[in-house]
Amino acid sequence: MNIRSLAAALAASVTLSFGAAQATDLEVTHWWTSGGEAAAVAELAKAFNATGNKWVDGAIAGSGGTARPIMVSRITGGDPMGATQFNHGRQAEELVQSGLMQNLDEVAAKGKWKEIIRPASLLASCTIDGHIYCAPVNIHSWQWLWLSNDAFKKAGVDVPKNWDEFVKAAPALEKAGIIPLAVGGQPWQAAGAFDVLMVAIAGKDTFHKVFKDKDAKVAAGPEIAKVFKAADDARRMSKGSNVQDWNQATNLVITGKAGGQIMGDWAQGEFAVAGKVAGKDYTCLPGLGVNPIISTGGDAFYFPKLKDADKSKAQAALAETLLAPATQVAFNLKKGSLPVRGDVDLAAANDCMKKGLDILAKGNVIESTDQLLSADSQKQKEDLFSQFFADPSITPEAAQKKFAEIISKAD
Amino acid sequence: MTDYQVARRPNTLFRNLNSKIASIPMIVTAMVVFLGGTVWTVFYSFTNSKLLPRTTFVGFDQYERLWASERWIVSIQNLAIFGVFALIFSFVIGFVLAAFMDQKIRLENVFRTIFLYPFALSFIVTGLVWQWLLNPDFGVQHVVRSLGWVGFTFNPLYTQSIVIYGILIAALWQGTGLVMVLMLAGLRGIDEDIWKASRVDGIPMVKTYLLIIIPMMRPVFITTLVIVASGIVKVYDLVVAQTSGGPGIASEVPAKYVYDYMFQAQNLGQGFAASTMMLITISIIIIPWAYLEFGGKKRG
Amino acid sequence: MADQATLNTAGAASAASSGSRSGPSGKRPRPIFSTRNIVLYGTLTLAAIYYLIPLYVMVVTSLKTMPEIRMGNIFSPPVEITFEPWVKAWAQACTGLNCDGLSRGFYNSVRITVPSVIISILIASINGYALANWRFKGMETFFTVLVVGAFIPYQVMIYPIVIVLRELGIYGTLSGLIIVHTIFGMPILTLLFRNYFASLPEELFKAARVDGAGFWNIYFRIMLPMSLPIFVVAMIIQITGIWNDFLFGVVFTRPEYYPMTVQLNNIVNSVQGVKEYNVNMAATILTGLVPLIVYFVSGKLFVRGIAAGAVKG
Repeated sequence: MNIRSLAAALAASVTLSFGAAQATDLEVTHWWTSGGEAAAVAELAKAFNATGNKWVDGAIAGSGGTARPIMVSRITGGDPMGATQFNHGRQAEELVQSGLMQNLDEVAAKGKWKEIIRPASLLASCTIDGHIYCAPVNIHSWQWLWLSNDAFKKAGVDVPKNWDEFVKAAPALEKAGIIPLAVGGQPWQAAGAFDVLMVAIAGKDTFHKVFKDKDAKVAAGPEIAKVFKAADDARRMSKGSNVQDWNQATNLVITGKAGGQIMGDWAQGEFAVAGKVAGKDYTCLPGLGVNPIISTGGDAFYFPKLKDADKSKAQAALAETLLAPATQVAFNLKKGSLPVRGDVDLAAANDCMKKGLDILAKGNVIESTDQLLSADSQKQKEDLFSQFFADPSITPEAAQKKFAEIISKAD
Repeated sequence: MTDYQVARRPNTLFRNLNSKIASIPMIVTAMVVFLGGTVWTVFYSFTNSKLLPRTTFVGFDQYERLWASERWIVSIQNLAIFGVFALIFSFVIGFVLAAFMDQKIRLENVFRTIFLYPFALSFIVTGLVWQWLLNPDFGVQHVVRSLGWVGFTFNPLYTQSIVIYGILIAALWQGTGLVMVLMLAGLRGIDEDIWKASRVDGIPMVKTYLLIIIPMMRPVFITTLVIVASGIVKVYDLVVAQTSGGPGIASEVPAKYVYDYMFQAQNLGQGFAASTMMLITISIIIIPWAYLEFGGKKRG
Repeated sequence: MADQATLNTAGAASAASSGSRSGPSGKRPRPIFSTRNIVLYGTLTLAAIYYLIPLYVMVVTSLKTMPEIRMGNIFSPPVEITFEPWVKAWAQACTGLNCDGLSRGFYNSVRITVPSVIISILIASINGYALANWRFKGMETFFTVLVVGAFIPYQVMIYPIVIVLRELGIYGTLSGLIIVHTIFGMPILTLLFRNYFASLPEELFKAARVDGAGFWNIYFRIMLPMSLPIFVVAMIIQITGIWNDFLFGVVFTRPEYYPMTVQLNNIVNSVQGVKEYNVNMAATILTGLVPLIVYFVSGKLFVRGIAAGAVKG
């Protein structure tokens, strides 16, 4: 062996031994692209880069229809990214079943995920055939009614404390030229609002019977009829909200043109950007002020199987980082969502977030419909409710019949 | 000498060889991608594929569900209304503008660019602009009312019965420029001498257009027809940007049904069934017509 | 087509009698305010206004600040002109963690668009030429399938094409994307060229054949120079389509090749967050600038008279 080849061999062994410590690039795809979201992602990237690896950002805006085919094509096309966001729930089920995704059991055991993640349903959604395939990062809840204090002042009525008072206050609002309830035209908003009404009015058990057990009889029954009655009220109150996007609808509430909006906790970001203060300028009522229960949908990261061992190691490091207490706090404060672990301190949270944390701590939670229903059933529900909210000629009874039909075929 | 004779009597495979070689990309695209893709789509429309294509067959289930869906029916009706009006208006407006542009006008370049520029802009945002313009609270209706005509009502996007016309307005704005340019290219391809001849014969201009020029431009009209029609069948972005299919399902279109069910609902089977229906309908219309049109005359 | 042949002969006859070229409506000078001119320019101007209103709204909006947009009238000119949204759209808007706006994808868009446009137009024009002038048996069948293909929604084809590209080993590469653009541009473009070449005076082609010119010779020497307007149309369609393409660019390539429409989409389509309408509008106009410039510049090629020029040449 001459000197040169010795040197080469030496160099190779050095590279080998330092390989683990060297920065591994890991491409992470997600659809968090707005200001607050990007700031939150930056926290994740910072934490990941601190482990000695490198976060390569692959952001694609527009969830669902836009981002998902891209992610799925990349994974099935044999050129997968290092990690990708999905809503936790059932969106990535088939990719896992096709053996394209990395099993996270080891990381989860090491990080004691089973003990720290709350509610347990989050981890259950990541678990397929007894193995864990995703790392949940946050909780977003739907069950909020956002009210404009100004609008009610202008109408000369007190700010309602629950849904019934809100309905009663509607005529006064209308008289003052204010749309009582802002609902945007995108189908998912109407469907989401209905789910929220259902939890508030029919309660947790009925919600579970309908969406978890897919009990069509309950869906056609008197409890749900009450919900449709409320949805009918909501439909009447939303007349005149000529907007499409959810944040345009939120903007109606911010500017006092509308009395309130049923929307998830992400609406808070809009109020914050407009410089509004919770309690003073706007009021938030979790569970519509009737039934303070929140759903625990949110986001999770999945890790496609990669051939490169270094990258697999980096994937494990990322999964670990996502659940680290410091990351959880930093990320969720920026994102406006709730952390998935109960043992972190979120002192900096605002009033509405604190309300949410409180409910979470009490365990008044339900799974989100994303976790319970397939995307297919969700879509059919969206079609139904967007139609119901737009067309006053559809009676609540007729809509309920169709709803029960969807539930009977749901999976 | 023998070489020459061989070249004179080629076997059929080598006759017109250059043309065949030149057509290889077309043949591969047509047979492998389009025909292959269509067969693939039809095949998987009989399965219950969800997120990924898989071969669990369910017979005609997807089709039964498709035709039982109110949204699909509404989509087809909308496409019919939208298609007829979009075809008529884009042809009429496009041709009239092109004929005007062909009068040796000043500033032709400026006018052409103005009519064409909407075609260059992304639908994602132009949809938003039209959503604003047609919004009753701050668009055209608001402006006209603030000018004093208080009873003026123009609210297509939030009125179920006429929402499809609101989309039509934006579609025409975006697409007629291209039709105009195609027609203009066709007009420019017409021999100057035709005009001279018709003038010598004293045929009025409008009549010359209708009786001589338009029949001569038949190939250009066919091209335009296919471009416009395929655009109509595939209309998707504009609807998403302007109304998301709303109010309710009043402005849904078939292509949106296909996309939504394939990717949002993660039900490939259902999406494939819908696109199979689209393809079958198109094939029924196009194939006989294409044979008449393309198979008839011989040249070269 | 018999009509055309007759008219061509008639045209040729009259061409022999009158030497100079003239427009369809005559060569006599007309007064500027003739009824014809008023109708002509009046209609064109009215149409132009209709086409320009949305652009006006976009430009005005892009120059306003967000608070002003929230307040307001979409038609009112900006109280205080700001170029911030334009700067932001080009250089600062964030796509996830990368905050360098549209500029990030500009070069990628160029290197995707240029080869894709050239290759797709070249192939389609040769196809069209073969279809119009050098037919062989079975050609129409392929062509019919191709035309039907124009009606297939793109999204339906995503998964099969992913599989094909994966098997060819070019998934995620630039050449893969160029092939995809060429494939999907082919139906319309081939039709465009076929029909245009078919409408050219047949005598030209026959004369060239008599002179002994072959397939490629006729294409490059006669057809190509005579077809500038239709090449411009093809270019308009392709540059616009490929430059504005988002789906193929993002599905069939890797992130280092993402075109600027990915950034545009990310700026415009942020689902959960504040919509910055002024930045959206600026970004749209910026993205549209390249096709717009092409439209304007290509106007020079949009010259009159194929027959006149070609017969003489």
